Amino acid sequence: MIRVVLPQHLRTLARVGAEVSVEVDGAVTQRSVLDALEARYPMLRGTIRDHLTQERRPFLRFFACQQDLSHEWPDAPLPSAVAAGKEPFLIIGAIAGG
Amino acid sequence: MSKVRVLVGTRKGAFILTSDGKREQWDISGPHFAGWEIYHLKGSPLDPDRLYASQSSGWFGQLIQRSSDGGKTWEAVGNKFVYDGVPGTHQWYDGTPHPWEFKRVWHLEPSLTDADTVYAGVEDAALFRSTDAGQTWQELSGLRRHGTGPRWQPGAGGMCLHTILLDPGDPGRMFIAISAAGAFRTGDGGQTWQPINRGLHSQFLPDPKAEVGHCVHRMAMHPSRPNVLFMQKHWDVMRSDDAGNSWQEVSGNLPTDFGFPIDVHAHEPETIYVVPIKSDSEHFPLDGKLRVYRSRTGGNQWEALTKGLPQSNCYVNVLRDAMAVDSLDSCGVYFGTTGGQVYGSADAGDHWAPIVCDLPAVVSVEVQTLR
Repeated sequence: MIRVVLPQHLRTLARVGAEVSVEVDGAVTQRSVLDALEARYPMLRGTIRDHLTQERRPFLRFFACQQDLSHEWPDAPLPSAVAAGKEPFLIIGAIAGG
Repeated sequence: MSKVRVLVGTRKGAFILTSDGKREQWDISGPHFAGWEIYHLKGSPLDPDRLYASQSSGWFGQLIQRSSDGGKTWEAVGNKFVYDGVPGTHQWYDGTPHPWEFKRVWHLEPSLTDADTVYAGVEDAALFRSTDAGQTWQELSGLRRHGTGPRWQPGAGGMCLHTILLDPGDPGRMFIAISAAGAFRTGDGGQTWQPINRGLHSQFLPDPKAEVGHCVHRMAMHPSRPNVLFMQKHWDVMRSDDAGNSWQEVSGNLPTDFGFPIDVHAHEPETIYVVPIKSDSEHFPLDGKLRVYRSRTGGNQWEALTKGLPQSNCYVNVLRDAMAVDSLDSCGVYFGTTGGQVYGSADAGDHWAPIVCDLPAVVSVEVQTLR
């Protein structure tokens, strides 16, 4: 199981706690994790990635294992600790707004 | 016993204000969707407990929420707004072509004839329709594609479709308005459209008879007279008696004819309300006095309504979707300010009182009269 930490507003929207777990078949990448997350919580569609382009929304960032993965290729493998369920994949709202 | 439910959208959540027909004591619930911008909420006229809300944020984009119990509980429904085909370009502020990009839903208008049909006016300007209670959305692209689209340009608040008026006598006819393109009418349910801006005059537009390019802030219509339209334009209050084919200025004795909202009394089709704002560079009331102006003659002759409203040091704005009326026997009028106040009058504007004073900046106000 892949662990995913959501920002506060998306926890409220999905009616979940800080961390959720999703099952991913095959390679564990940003795309496959987000696909699994959106399949389980359809209300999150469009809130993390653009509906049409599937690009990360500009004010969200992706982190894991002390690394900023926001600009990684969506199909690049996530760190093995994430794939093993030892570390969470973090979706963070950018600190913006003054 | 009649009840009134006021739906308030703010920069940081939605609030629902309810009262009995006396409209003296109010119950306030919220914030719903705390921290999110709620551009608009509106209830279905066929099923008043069916509410829709436009919820958005710069971080997470657009959501649509639906309630089936009058706003006690909500569920997120469809938020996929995709322009039909290749969207093309409109004009950017500097006049250069700019691709159409979806930003947010400004206005939701539930159908008068089908509880599962709802229209959405969006930025960048387009009209969407859902026929499954908000689960899926399809663009009525005849509006954007009718020919003038490449010449539309955003106003200061963005290129938004903010007004949707449905004709109660003709399900195929509706009117919409876009800032800053103008007003448009369809007679076939949104398949084809025509601009209805003849008679509008906008300073600095090179062509004084420009078909589009007008910064319409808001339009209103009384349901009993769908051929009579009222408009608060960027400057000028306007009136049409022929469903928009032509417009006449009715600003009359207003102290300033800049403003955002305009609305019509529920039982008197010639009684209309505006909130004059000093200017486009000073978005606050003239002389620091918050005054609603009422005309009982469909324009030109206006009276200031001040009782209960702050008459000194008031520098709030009242945004275009932030005024509404109820349909009780003595018509109630309501408006919200960017200072977070929602004012109500239970006697058609003669006397006002704040219902709530310290909300986030109010973006929209709608009223449901529940019998």
